[in-house]
Amino acid sequence: MRKRHPGSYAAAIVFAVPFLLPFYLLIRNALMTRRELGSLDWHWWPEEISFQGFADAFGNEAVPLAHALWNSALIATISAPLSTLLASMAGYALARIPVAASRPVFFFIIATMMVPGAATFIPTFVVVGSMGGVNTMWGLIVPGLFSAFAVLLFRGFYLRFPRELEDAGRVDGLGFLGLYARLALPNSGALFASLGILSFIEHWNAFLWPLVIGQDPDYWTVQVALSTNLNQQAVNLPALFAGALVAILPLVALFLIAQRWIVRGVLLTGIKG
Amino acid sequence: MTTTAAPARPRAGGPHRAPARWASRWPAWRAFVLLTLPMVAGLLLFKYVAIGWGLLLSFNDARGTISLGSWNGLENYRRLLGDPAFTRSLVTILVFTVFIVPVTFALALGLAVLVNRLRGGRAFFRTTFFIPAAVSYVVGALVWKMSLFSGTPSGVANSLAYLLGYEDSIGWVATVDPPLYWIVLVTVRLWLQTGFYMILFLAGIQQIPAQLYEAARVDGAHTEWQLFRHITWPMLRNTSVAVTLLLIINAFQAFDEFYNILASNLSGLGGADGRTPLIYLFQTALGEQNYGAGSAGAFVVTALIVVFTLLQGRFAGFGRTAEEEGR
Repeated sequence: MRKRHPGSYAAAIVFAVPFLLPFYLLIRNALMTRRELGSLDWHWWPEEISFQGFADAFGNEAVPLAHALWNSALIATISAPLSTLLASMAGYALARIPVAASRPVFFFIIATMMVPGAATFIPTFVVVGSMGGVNTMWGLIVPGLFSAFAVLLFRGFYLRFPRELEDAGRVDGLGFLGLYARLALPNSGALFASLGILSFIEHWNAFLWPLVIGQDPDYWTVQVALSTNLNQQAVNLPALFAGALVAILPLVALFLIAQRWIVRGVLLTGIKG
Repeated sequence: MTTTAAPARPRAGGPHRAPARWASRWPAWRAFVLLTLPMVAGLLLFKYVAIGWGLLLSFNDARGTISLGSWNGLENYRRLLGDPAFTRSLVTILVFTVFIVPVTFALALGLAVLVNRLRGGRAFFRTTFFIPAAVSYVVGALVWKMSLFSGTPSGVANSLAYLLGYEDSIGWVATVDPPLYWIVLVTVRLWLQTGFYMILFLAGIQQIPAQLYEAARVDGAHTEWQLFRHITWPMLRNTSVAVTLLLIINAFQAFDEFYNILASNLSGLGGADGRTPLIYLFQTALGEQNYGAGSAGAFVVTALIVVFTLLQGRFAGFGRTAEEEGR
């Protein structure tokens, strides 16, 4: 069915240029001096590569970039595995443990998918605020740990889990918790990795919730720090782009290394979403 | 413990092989509760309690407080819908949705068809179109505002315009008439999200059996367009519905790029009022500390999203019956 289409390659290249252009700009601008980047002429590449932008970005005391990166890393590395684990636990129980409460609990969980997340940030802020969660690490992390949609995906996965494997485990004397921890969980690595990576990306890139909860500079995430830099009166442009470049590097690396898992996760979450 | 804390329901009555006696049911209950409790408790607190509390707050005069007690009926809703800034934000997001949804849809589908036709280098181009999905909206907004569409002569758009003969540099973000800032807002989201939807379309295309295309050729479909029109497009129906739904839901909740690109216009004073509903709510709740009005707005926006998704589902549903009857 597929033939060689020289036209397709030409078209693909034409489209690829604008898609790659912003990455090029990030790198070029981060490596320029303030004077060169602020000049009125177009420069394809810095006359002399300067790392002053990086030094300025990390040396700015008003916007603690290194600390913000640390916060983001902490939030994402805690949230991604934990939220995936919680979803997998609930998904297993709903799929495999025959108790009468299974159906009502299932509906209790998936009913929350009806409400779009971002529109409810004020009600959630009210609850978290009343519990003293403003300017705390748990306030940034905990509300984002509960994904009904991931429960749905894990439940579907465990429903298709081979019964023979479980029966063998039962013969060995495992209870439901043992079956989950020893058999089901270790055998759901692919789904776990896919959803975990997507969750990591989501938490690293989140902006609205960290903006609402992390009001003190000590609790800024990297996105909030970059936004603060962007909206200052006198912007140090190379430092701005250097900070942005550092902020996207972990995820770009993740995309290049783990693209297979990410694509799988996107297909799972996109089609059913 | 095992004997006293018996669960409240005596018979499951389900198809499961359920031993009638409590003692043997207890381990199942215990495991079920242990495994589901964190999720159920989390959703209960951060969704159910939050939404319930928010709903009650929306009927209260809750300024500078999040406690109930000062009931004012529908006053928050009345004031909100009477505030031109809020209704304008709804118009803004509607216009934005009307622009961004079809444009992203078409570009994502086009790129998926294109990538699927490549043989060598397919992985490279797929990665190229997909990788902007790794970038946050904040960084996207930053590049668009400060480099790609910056108002200085060395901005990319202005350098291109100069090549095309425009001597004066254009202030893309600041120009309201004609509304050039829309170009900035639409293209940044386009860049950030198209790859994600391209992946969905690409997977849909690759699931179409090759025999269908061969059969269509036998039936006289020869041009690429005919094959697309009669095979690819109808076979992608489910994907198209899912993509449209996701695009609408995401567009309605736009916040990040508006907040970061239009910062100077967010006061609603100068130039265009670039506030989306979420930015309006953010300012109401976090800026003015008016949690009653903020909650009321949250429910208005949620209701709009639900109505829109249901409408889209209806249209998609009708589309299917018409198509099936037509065959």
